Amino acid sequence: MTVSTIKLDTTAEDHHIAGMAAIALGLTVLENAIPSPLPGVKPGLANIVTLIVLSRYGWRAAAWVSLLRVVAGSLLFGSFLAPGFFLSLAGATLSLLVLAFAQHLPKRWFGPVSHSIYAAFAHITGQMLVVYLWLIPHTGIAYLIPIFATAALVFGTVNGLIAAKFMDNGETANKPVSENPS
Amino acid sequence: MQTQLRHIKPGDWLTLILGSVCVILITLKLWNGELADKAIIRSGGKIFREVPLSRDQHIEVPGPLGTSIVTIEKRKVRITSDPSPRQYCVRQGWLQQSGEIAICLPNEVSVELAGGKKKYDSLNY
Repeated sequence: MTVSTIKLDTTAEDHHIAGMAAIALGLTVLENAIPSPLPGVKPGLANIVTLIVLSRYGWRAAAWVSLLRVVAGSLLFGSFLAPGFFLSLAGATLSLLVLAFAQHLPKRWFGPVSHSIYAAFAHITGQMLVVYLWLIPHTGIAYLIPIFATAALVFGTVNGLIAAKFMDNGETANKPVSENPS
Repeated sequence: MQTQLRHIKPGDWLTLILGSVCVILITLKLWNGELADKAIIRSGGKIFREVPLSRDQHIEVPGPLGTSIVTIEKRKVRITSDPSPRQYCVRQGWLQQSGEIAICLPNEVSVELAGGKKKYDSLNY
């Protein structure tokens, strides 16, 4: 009888991504406790983590955190490979694609609020595509688009503001104490 | 509030305004559906009946689970009763605009509103 041990070499970055994904997962669980008037209208709090990771560690890390959150979240809620999982996956994938472009917008003019809004719109676009192409192939769902679009704009803005606030805190925490005029 | 607004850069305002305009345009485009003038009732995917909304009436629609009752009243339509367990289509309430739809699952009964804009007022030969 031989005892075999599988040892995975993990880097500090892996640990960091896992930690961030865990925070995102916690926010997902928290958010699931909030009742929603319409399935699919959710604040998407976990995206705050994705935005912060994107600005601090780059797109690759953000993609890891976002996709890990989707997969682990579905395992947690028992919806792995169920329609809800593919809705999340489509939303997250399209958001990440859009963020890949949005992150190159000039930093001087565009901040996390823009990234968040673009990602939120991409998210509902991905979801509506899956709904239309697979779940409900009926043009009647177009009737719901204004609701989802409004929710995306509002929650996108709010999440972007929260992410910006956190990044701000991170920056000032690293800097020596400076006067804050406000 | 002042400290929150500090986080919105000029480009972000642009994104916000652009996003709002898009949302408003989409809403106007998708929700200006005129009032519908007929209801298409389907059972098991096939059209069961097409009825004009001008006359108030109750229609019984047979499905695999039992009978769903569609009510037409004052140019509005709703599903009054349905044997499906979750009652989503009943709770959806009154439908009024063209394109609105109530689907009863698993009884395979649906009501869709159609019509709206007429392409012409009258035809002469």
